[in-house]
Amino acid sequence: MPSLDDLKKRIKSVKSTQKITKAMKMVAAAKLRKAQESAEKGRPYSQKMQNIILNLTKSITDPENAPKLLVGTGKDNTYLCVVLTADRGLCGGFNSNICKLAKSNFKKFLNEGKNLKIITVGTKGLDQIKRDYGKHIIKKLSFKEKKKITYNEAEIVGNEIINLFKQNQFDKCILYYNNFKNVITQIPEAQQIIPAESKISESNKLNSFQYEFEPEEDEILEDLLPKNISTQVFKAFLENAASEQGSRMTAMDNATRNAGDLVDKLTINYNRSRQASITKELIEIISGAESL
Amino acid sequence: MSENFTIEIISPEKSIIKSSTTEVVIPSYEGEMGILKDHVPLITFLRPGVITIINVADKKKFFVEEGTVEFSNNNLLILTSKAKELNDFNAELLEKSINEAEKKISNGEISDKEKYLLSYKIETLKNIKQ
Repeated sequence: MPSLDDLKKRIKSVKSTQKITKAMKMVAAAKLRKAQESAEKGRPYSQKMQNIILNLTKSITDPENAPKLLVGTGKDNTYLCVVLTADRGLCGGFNSNICKLAKSNFKKFLNEGKNLKIITVGTKGLDQIKRDYGKHIIKKLSFKEKKKITYNEAEIVGNEIINLFKQNQFDKCILYYNNFKNVITQIPEAQQIIPAESKISESNKLNSFQYEFEPEEDEILEDLLPKNISTQVFKAFLENAASEQGSRMTAMDNATRNAGDLVDKLTINYNRSRQASITKELIEIISGAESL
Repeated sequence: MSENFTIEIISPEKSIIKSSTTEVVIPSYEGEMGILKDHVPLITFLRPGVITIINVADKKKFFVEEGTVEFSNNNLLILTSKAKELNDFNAELLEKSINEAEKKISNGEISDKEKYLLSYKIETLKNIKQ
């Protein structure tokens, strides 16, 4: 049985932990609101961009000469996987969920005998992935110093991907990130960005018009495709940022509640042993008086 | 029959405007382009310039630096990273933007395409200033 002093110390330490988690929850909640807003506002842009690209894909008459970024290389030997995670921990299953999904995919690719290349964005994902797949990682990016992730950062990642593609380093590119659904649900998602995949917006009915292009179709595609890659990366960033804060908020809320339960339990213990020692002293006094 | 179609301007950060209108003039890459209802499906780029949304009652003007335009099903969709309503400009900001652009253009190390775009930017900004 721990002594009264020990119990007192433990209660105090749990209480101060609770204070920290509570503060973190509050900070996350404030940040979440902003992140959620920008994620939701950013959605139409990336979605419409994707739609334009898909419409273009449909209207291509000559797939042989179409830009490779759009239709892919026609092979699927090498996969480039871009794993987007956070730079900070203490956010529940956020980072592990992405990594779990990514790892199970990596395993599948390797079993199929494909080549695997990995780019990690964010330090937490790197830590989890490098243990098993360290030799496949070709690039580590982190925007830890940046307070807010903007389109510029997305462009850096996007350009990286495009450069590698131009050097024929890979055939397919897949993005891993958490899709923000609501504060308690974030769904890890794998999105194929090269070649453009039509699965995502099949629900939106696509038009099959013959578009008029100005300037020429090739020129438009040349400009639009890299932009689309960056836009998709940016969307993933925004979704991720919102998910991270949501996940952290829930995790910290749980932690605060757990700490509260623990404090209650310890307080009961503490009171009980205090009462026990008082009773013991009383018995000693009474039995001492009786024996006289 | 209404002669209206919808216009939507979206930037990565937010949706800037969504409304119904009768005519829109956009600074397309190869020249100004007016769009009315039932235009042929179209995809094009923007160069720096002013988008004018014309309604019977009023006109709205936006300055854009670049963007992608898609028109289909009487929906005009403009995706742009930078769009600013003309009313939001003030002289100081204009002066600054013009100076920056002029510095860039005199730098010499830029491609013809960039030069072309920058010269339009300067011209438009100067027009706005007046």
